[in-house]
Amino acid sequence: MMSARCVADMIQAIVFLPLIAFLIAGIGNRAIGNTAAKFVTTGALFISCALSWVIFIGLIGGAPAEDHVVAEWFSSGDLAVNWTLKVDILTGVMLVVITSVSALVHLYSWGYMAEDPDQPRFFAYLSLFTFAMLMLVTADNLVQIFFGWEGVGLASYLLIGFWYKKPSAWAAAIKAFVVNRVGDFGFMLGIFGLFMLFGTVDIDTILQGVPLAKGATFTFLGHQVDAITTIALLLFVGAMGKSAQVPLHTWLPDAMEGPTPVSALIHAATMVTAGVFLVCRMSPLFEASPTASTVVTYVGALTAIFAATVATTQHDIKRVIAYSTCSQLGFMFFAAGVGAYGAAMFHLFTHAFFKALLFLCAGSVIHSMHHEQDMRYYGALRKSIPLTFWAMVIGTIAITGVNYTSGYFSKDSVLFAAWESGTEAGRVAFFTGIFASLLTSFYSWRLIFKTFFGEARWAGSEHIQHAVHDAHGHDDHAHHDDHHHAPATGTAGYHPHESPIVMLIPLVVLSFGALFAGAIFNDWFVGGAEHAFWNGVIVHDGEFFESLHHVPALVHWAPAIVMLIGLTTAWAVYIRNPGFADTFVKQFRQLHAFLYNKWYFDELYRAIFVKPALWLGRFFWKVGDQGTIDRFGPDGLTAVVAHGSVVAKRFQSGLVYSYALVMLIGVAAFATWFMVR
Amino acid sequence: MTLAQSLSIGAPEVVLAAGALVLLLLGVFRGNDSLKGLSWGAVILFGLTALTVIDDAPARELAWNQIYVADSLSAFLKILILAGAAAAVLMALPYMQRVKQHRFEYPVLIVLATLGMCVMVSANNLLTLYIGLELMSLAAYVLAAFNRDEQRSTEAGLKYFVLGALSSGMLLYGVSLVYGFVGSTEFTRIAAGLSAGGERNMGALFGLVFVFAGLAFKVSAVPFHMWTPDVYEGAPTPVAAFFATAPKVAAMGLFMRVALDAFSGMIADWRQIVIFMSIASMFVGAVGAIGQSNVKRLLAYSSINNVGFMLIGLAAANAAGASAVLLYLTIYLVMTLGSFLVVLSLTDADGNAVETLDDLAGLARSRPWLATALAIFMLSLAGLPPLFGFMAKLAVFNAAVDAGLWLLAVLGVLSSVIAAYYYLRVVKILFFDPPADVVVNGEGGAVINNGMMIAAAVFCSPIGYLLLGPLAQATRTAASSLF
Repeated sequence: MMSARCVADMIQAIVFLPLIAFLIAGIGNRAIGNTAAKFVTTGALFISCALSWVIFIGLIGGAPAEDHVVAEWFSSGDLAVNWTLKVDILTGVMLVVITSVSALVHLYSWGYMAEDPDQPRFFAYLSLFTFAMLMLVTADNLVQIFFGWEGVGLASYLLIGFWYKKPSAWAAAIKAFVVNRVGDFGFMLGIFGLFMLFGTVDIDTILQGVPLAKGATFTFLGHQVDAITTIALLLFVGAMGKSAQVPLHTWLPDAMEGPTPVSALIHAATMVTAGVFLVCRMSPLFEASPTASTVVTYVGALTAIFAATVATTQHDIKRVIAYSTCSQLGFMFFAAGVGAYGAAMFHLFTHAFFKALLFLCAGSVIHSMHHEQDMRYYGALRKSIPLTFWAMVIGTIAITGVNYTSGYFSKDSVLFAAWESGTEAGRVAFFTGIFASLLTSFYSWRLIFKTFFGEARWAGSEHIQHAVHDAHGHDDHAHHDDHHHAPATGTAGYHPHESPIVMLIPLVVLSFGALFAGAIFNDWFVGGAEHAFWNGVIVHDGEFFESLHHVPALVHWAPAIVMLIGLTTAWAVYIRNPGFADTFVKQFRQLHAFLYNKWYFDELYRAIFVKPALWLGRFFWKVGDQGTIDRFGPDGLTAVVAHGSVVAKRFQSGLVYSYALVMLIGVAAFATWFMVR
Repeated sequence: MTLAQSLSIGAPEVVLAAGALVLLLLGVFRGNDSLKGLSWGAVILFGLTALTVIDDAPARELAWNQIYVADSLSAFLKILILAGAAAAVLMALPYMQRVKQHRFEYPVLIVLATLGMCVMVSANNLLTLYIGLELMSLAAYVLAAFNRDEQRSTEAGLKYFVLGALSSGMLLYGVSLVYGFVGSTEFTRIAAGLSAGGERNMGALFGLVFVFAGLAFKVSAVPFHMWTPDVYEGAPTPVAAFFATAPKVAAMGLFMRVALDAFSGMIADWRQIVIFMSIASMFVGAVGAIGQSNVKRLLAYSSINNVGFMLIGLAAANAAGASAVLLYLTIYLVMTLGSFLVVLSLTDADGNAVETLDDLAGLARSRPWLATALAIFMLSLAGLPPLFGFMAKLAVFNAAVDAGLWLLAVLGVLSSVIAAYYYLRVVKILFFDPPADVVVNGEGGAVINNGMMIAAAVFCSPIGYLLLGPLAQATRTAASSLF
């Protein structure tokens, strides 16, 4: 058994090593060079990762949950906030997820970013992100969570816009930042509300006080509302922003503009799950408000089905996986919404492995296809890059939930929980989830079939053309969206090459995780030993979880059945009868357009928010600032002053008698002034 | 009171007067070649006079039947005047040699003007005031026309003389009115007479308007400022530097003594005039400078603008205001002398003086240190923290706010924003404009001048703050003798 002192040292090392690595790589930047930056950051992360597993295993073995105060942050009146590292099982789960994926992504980036001129900056950002994420999950108070919350937002912004010379990249970075502000605003209001209600931002104190505060009301936006429900919903708005739930999801697909390892780390495995983590961390609060939980359930279910439908039509390999992430996050939320927080965390845990795997495989494909991301120009790649192919198949069977893979255990428990909750929202979520699972299976296999099977369609790609014609091969990382010419078939003489070993190692490690993480950890998360595992950290209803093992047979087999239907459909459409998809699209043009354009969310937001905001901004700029403030303020005054200087010059004629006249007028004016007064 | 006692109290003036005669005689016998010797003689004379001033006990002493006063105020002002005059004598030496105006009268005239100024600041009687003023002015008229072969210089001297005569006439008229309606020309008695009468003394008020007009002419406050740009531009540069410094100190000190001592009973009345003159000076000085292309004219407007700020302190009419004016005068003296020193040291390839702003373009590349010094003076004049000029403005604004004249302070801040424009424009021209075709070789400066320039620049830089303590103490002591 480890001593508390030992745990304190370890947790501090876990959290602060990435920060130190960030400072070294970020400040040293080009002065220390690529190699040093890579070794420092990756080394720090692997140490963090190893220590995280030690702590996690210790916690499973029954080590007590502890808070380790690092320093006082600030204290102002009643508001006192510490920098604290909280070590409990919920944090432990997050620790291993974050540090494992982060360490592997750091390693993977050695290969993926090998030709980038700005590598120290890239690795510094990755480490900064990891530090912020760790601060988030180890927080014992909401202000520190918010610190980490904003920190990961910043790192995400910097990394999405890493290739800042590309207009689409910085546009996506700004979009991610702005959309997250909406969520953050809700989160902040939630924190304010909690401080108002409980007089503290300490999470444990707040959660202990929740039963007493039940039924309390306060005035919000001019209405007397239930305090707990309002606060829970406000916190959930924050979670929606970070975890890309409808309607705050629009930034996530665009975030794919960032380098692929970033997508794997931030936009699949870790940052986007912060919302789920927040809901689980605050689970007693959500549990105390059935209304809030119902909302969480419906939003999760809607996102699950929405994103799954959109994913079926996308051509960009990363966008398909991005929508898939969005959809899986929806699964986690509705699991939390029906009260199965353990199932939500379990799905978060397994999802991290197989989704990171899928992204890194996609990155490997993109790497071998010379930065081509459009699946229409793939095909027949399984012979060229076999290892990537097999890793990606493993990721796919895990996400679709083939029996005894990770996804099978976690997704089934999520769906069973939705069914067993017995509420209307739960049933809706179940049926939506089942349909979303069908679509998940379909689009995942579609991705595999389009990428690795069929005939090579590489000739149509500009990137490939570039690579073939340009003797030097890789020119830059620019990526063009304009592939409007008809897909040509053939290899165009291009030979895809398997990725270097540093990129393949993470694939192998994650493949094991995707295959076995579910089976290994099932008992602890949901399957029997969960009561001791969670140990009161999240709300856990033993009877409810027990009932998950006794669902009706049809419910029990439903996920497997829909998974097979999806697989078969994808096989039929893309292997057996390759022309069918085009025929289908022609037949249902509008449906396809609706899905392909992501349910027109972006267009809707553009019309409702962006255009009026731009109009308002232009109005304030042209009419308000230039027309009013500038005109009567600075511009007007300068005109007056300039005119005055001309007048003053005219008076200064150089003639003595006019000078004398001015003096006499002055004296006369003063004298008159006193006479009339 | 015996004559001996009076002579001892009035020692500075006695020393200066005797010294002036000795220097004049020496000059007459030794000719123009003695300029250098006479100049250093004048500086030594100023030094000796300063010693007699410092020797004076800070107690207030009257001499020559109460027409002369020696107190801490006059002592403080005399030190400033002597320092300014000494600088004016020294800085002229290289210039005189360059422009072939190698004449021995220059230091003698400066000494005589200084004598007049010392009499002014020690005046305790309207007639002493007038004598001192005229002594200074007559010397100044001649100085303005010192380059007698040059048309601009003679024109400047003539204009100054004519307008100066007009203002002296007004002053004298005012003096006679005050004497007629109050019954005395002595400051203490005027003050007593004005506060004794229950109702408002309209005649004395009229007299006050005229006396103030005469004094405002000397400090070049609007609307009695018109001569300033023309005279500064036409007069030889060291003379303009002299006009901008020592006489301003003397006239402002005298103004304070007349307003706060003799007319202390009519503060509410004269305050209106001073406020008007202050606002008008600040804005005319700021706005007028914008269109100028000649550095000397620019500095003339700058001095008008700065007088406006000093008048804020006078309008406050309290001890804080008076000491703020004295602090302002000290800092202003150094900033202005420094600016003129830079202008003096600029010549083109033929040795002609460089005076237009266009010629200064890109000076930072050819003469970086000179440009830096000028930039420090300009930014300090603009009142930009952390330069010392900021403290001067802060002090007068504080005094005004203390006296409840917050509107005046606000207007002062506004005008200083406008004024900042042309000061910054000079800096921009120095540092950011493409270099002018004119070759500025800057060989006009001598070692002494460069030394003074460096000292002035250091004083204006934040290092000057080290002097703030003793300076504030001295100005407080000096101001206390008025209240």
